[in-house]
Amino acid sequence: MSSYAHPEVLVKTDWVAGHANDPNVRVVEIDVDTKAYDEGHVPGAIAWAWNTQLCDTVVRDILPKSQFEKLMTQSGVNNDTTLVLYGDNNNWFAAWAFWQAKIYGHKDVRIMDGGRKKWLAEGRELETQAGSATPSAKPYRANEPDYSIRAFLPQVQQAQKSGRTVLIDVRSPQEFTGEILAPPGLPETCQRGGHIPGAHNVPWGRACNDDGTFKPLEELQKVYSAEGVNQSSPVIAYCRIGERSSHTWFVLKYLMGVDNAVNYDGSWTEWGNLVGAPVEKGAEKSAGQA
Amino acid sequence: MKPENYSERRVEIDGWPVNVTTYQLGGKWHAKADNVSPGAGLARAEADTPEAAEQQVLDRARELLARTKRREV
Repeated sequence: MSSYAHPEVLVKTDWVAGHANDPNVRVVEIDVDTKAYDEGHVPGAIAWAWNTQLCDTVVRDILPKSQFEKLMTQSGVNNDTTLVLYGDNNNWFAAWAFWQAKIYGHKDVRIMDGGRKKWLAEGRELETQAGSATPSAKPYRANEPDYSIRAFLPQVQQAQKSGRTVLIDVRSPQEFTGEILAPPGLPETCQRGGHIPGAHNVPWGRACNDDGTFKPLEELQKVYSAEGVNQSSPVIAYCRIGERSSHTWFVLKYLMGVDNAVNYDGSWTEWGNLVGAPVEKGAEKSAGQA
Repeated sequence: MKPENYSERRVEIDGWPVNVTTYQLGGKWHAKADNVSPGAGLARAEADTPEAAEQQVLDRARELLARTKRREV
């Protein structure tokens, strides 16, 4: 079996269990449902709430640099700390946090393969008392944001017009076609349903095994090459709000080595609300497997 | 404390496939319901029995899924 392009960014549950007390490792749980952590979590892990601690709560944006630095310092994370992220929903928001950490240049950030689901299914120790971190003595210093891994609207509009970039819509087939405007049971956050014209529908979950872990490289390559992705393809991944697509971005860039993969966090909540934006409804024109 | 009796099963609510996860932690049972596609969480509950925990999440999931509008494509 071939190895992932950057195997160092994935750690197994065993590894995390063995590094629970390692002072150079900080384990953080980031869930879609921020109550999950309180039920029980990896011993020693702290929690970050994606909706209050990992985004600007006034402007729709990721954390400003100064707030990212503050979060890291308060979480006891130094610039050389090994930051291990995990969460529910097969690491949706752990991948989102990973993406932000990379935007701000954190060197050693990893994801626990299988996330919370695998930890629970394996019957591993859980701690119910909230973890606490001693703030770092030395303030964390982030790099200037590296937006080469983030797509903004003009770039996506250009990509849609030129047709030279592979647009991957990682939402469910029903969201892609426009049958529904949000995942079943969740609030609708857009005015129009459908997808960006020319996008391929590759739901995020096609990168995962049933136990929540990532599929082997050969299987990932099969899934994405069928949609026209190769090692040198420029790829923009999007979903509804950018977290599922950060999961796919992680797969493309770090597991498969697609260096030009970027995450469009504006995603359908931005595109599907834009006046005059082109929208395609129905199944993918070139009938990719969805 | 270690989680025990972890299980997952699939049910259908109003035509939507839903994944129900249940496990025991200490003296309590925890359950959560997610839509199968795309896998987003719908409800989470804690109770003294697995049946009660599952019933709570299924009731909440039903309430949320009833709000989802299907559109003609």
